[in-house]
Amino acid sequence: MARLLSSRWAIVLGLGLVLAALPFLFPSNYYFRVAAIVNIFALAAVGLNLLMGYAGQVSLGHAGFMGLGAYSVAIGATHFGLHGLAAAGIGAVLSGLVAFLVGRPILRLKGHYLAVATLGFGLLIAMALTNEASWTGGPDGMGVPRLEVFGTRLRGPDTWYYISAGVLLLGVMLALNLIESPTGRAMRAIHDSEIASRVAGIDVASYKLKIFVVSAVYASVAGSLMAFLNGHITPDGTAGFLRSVELVTMVVLGGLGSIIGAIAGAAVLVILPQALTIFHDYEHLMLGLMIMASMILLPRGIVPSLLARLRGGKS
Amino acid sequence: MSAPLLETENLSIAFGGVKAVDGVSLKVQPRRIHSIIGPNGAGKTTLFNLISGLYQPSSGRVRLAGEDVTGLPPDALARRGLSRSFQNLQIFFRMSALDNVMVGRHQHEKTSLLSHVFALPSVSRENARSREMAMALLERVGLADLAGKEAGSLSYGALKRLEIARALATEPRILLLDEPAAGCNAIETEEIDRVIQSVAASGIAVLLVEHDMRLVMRISDEILVLERGRTLVSGTPAEVRDDPRVIAAYLGTFGSAEANRA
Ligand SMILES: Nc1ncnc2c1ncn2[C@@H]1O[C@H](COP(=O)(O)OP(=O)(O)OP(=O)(O)O)[C@@H](O)[C@H]1O
Ligand SMILES: [Mg+2]
Repeated sequence: MARLLSSRWAIVLGLGLVLAALPFLFPSNYYFRVAAIVNIFALAAVGLNLLMGYAGQVSLGHAGFMGLGAYSVAIGATHFGLHGLAAAGIGAVLSGLVAFLVGRPILRLKGHYLAVATLGFGLLIAMALTNEASWTGGPDGMGVPRLEVFGTRLRGPDTWYYISAGVLLLGVMLALNLIESPTGRAMRAIHDSEIASRVAGIDVASYKLKIFVVSAVYASVAGSLMAFLNGHITPDGTAGFLRSVELVTMVVLGGLGSIIGAIAGAAVLVILPQALTIFHDYEHLMLGLMIMASMILLPRGIVPSLLARLRGGKS
Repeated sequence: MSAPLLETENLSIAFGGVKAVDGVSLKVQPRRIHSIIGPNGAGKTTLFNLISGLYQPSSGRVRLAGEDVTGLPPDALARRGLSRSFQNLQIFFRMSALDNVMVGRHQHEKTSLLSHVFALPSVSRENARSREMAMALLERVGLADLAGKEAGSLSYGALKRLEIARALATEPRILLLDEPAAGCNAIETEEIDRVIQSVAASGIAVLLVEHDMRLVMRISDEILVLERGRTLVSGTPAEVRDDPRVIAAYLGTFGSAEANRA
């Protein structure tokens, strides 16, 4: 018990220290901006990792929930004059509700079928955001009014770095709480044997649905943060299929079932393309090759493989 | 005799025209060990799958403590006090042995999803309670030393006992064990024998499928012989052992002589 608690707090504390120390290394606002994007994707990846890494259910449409979170903020403020935070909250509830309604029929599917069904869901959201131009501004997207809290406008990338870091830290803490709870054990049990889980008294369908809803809320909050940070959003940039694929890649690359892994995966996938711009035309080629190489060399994902090496085990 | 805890009535299922279980009726009482034997493919595991809700019977009923539970899913049956182990292990391989058993506590853990997310004090109390009970069960099946080990790294014999501990963690009123001693060495079989008898003595009804005839003859109160999905004979160990139909069906594989030695 004490060991589990201490490891949970050690992760949160360690991550908090890193997030607090990083700004001392940032020479410009550009770095704050990239780091804020890392935090935001990390948040979504942590949520998706609960679904994929712990409960063992794939979602190829998770950016759809990011889109819902982002557009809730933009539409709520522009069309309804809502405060940004209220709109983000409504977005989170809406995403949870959509996940609940969509998840019920979809999560009965397994493996490839689930992958295709969630992919379809993601495409549907992106298409809706593109087509409802009177609400969303269509494919060109729409502006997001700056968030104002206590009369202060939150705009600089540094401000949003600290905010996103705080939300990420909270997200990590809540995810770790969940993992060390009866729900966490049920999730991992379902991943390993659905039959044994059911016989042990677990309502498998209801737990898959719960985790799907939780992971959708994570993605939605991440989407809202993205909207605040960028000040302008597009359907493809928030809810597009490539975004969904990126999220899945972050989870798998960092390590399925590793919370810190999800953050590492997000960092790699956000930072690498920025660093690779020196390769001009070959940027995507390089990125693809690096991802393939790391999956071949570190098949369990970056963080679990490195941990195993540190402990002297095999990767 | 008290009312049966578990009762099946003409339970049947067919797979593509083959009647795997064909009109099986049985009654299991609390505190009693009821065994089902029969050659490979006789339908023993299929009967377990029907009773535990993994298969839907094509006809017949299942009653648990007087309630008709035919067609209920396994988790609903677990909440009503029915648990089982598996012939072909169903283990949570990536979880520790202790966590495997803790999963069995699931239906007794009452804290909500929100309390889990926010790690309310009630959750750590509940975790501690589940851990304590799971640890006691690991001790009971002789696996306490391996509590922290990943289940995937345990031996076959240890996993067989881990399944029993996990099933017991649900606090069943009836326990179905599908070949718990298969693949176990003499010492492990001894341990399983002891556990099964203590389980029955604690008031739980036991339904046992087992090929180890010495074990079956020694501990069973009643034995049902299944052949091609049908009940061949049913009775006390002595009655079954001496039944000419059974001896014929088994071609003497556990005739009187061998059973007497046991
Ligand atoms: N899901 C299924 N689909 C098709 N046939 C099945 C299915 N489950 C069982 N059977 C068939 O039902 C028959 C009974 O199988 P079952 O596994 O119940 O036998 P058993 O008595 O447990 O045998 P063993 O002693 O080898 O474990 C077999 O012919 C088997 O092939
Ligand atoms: Mg069998």
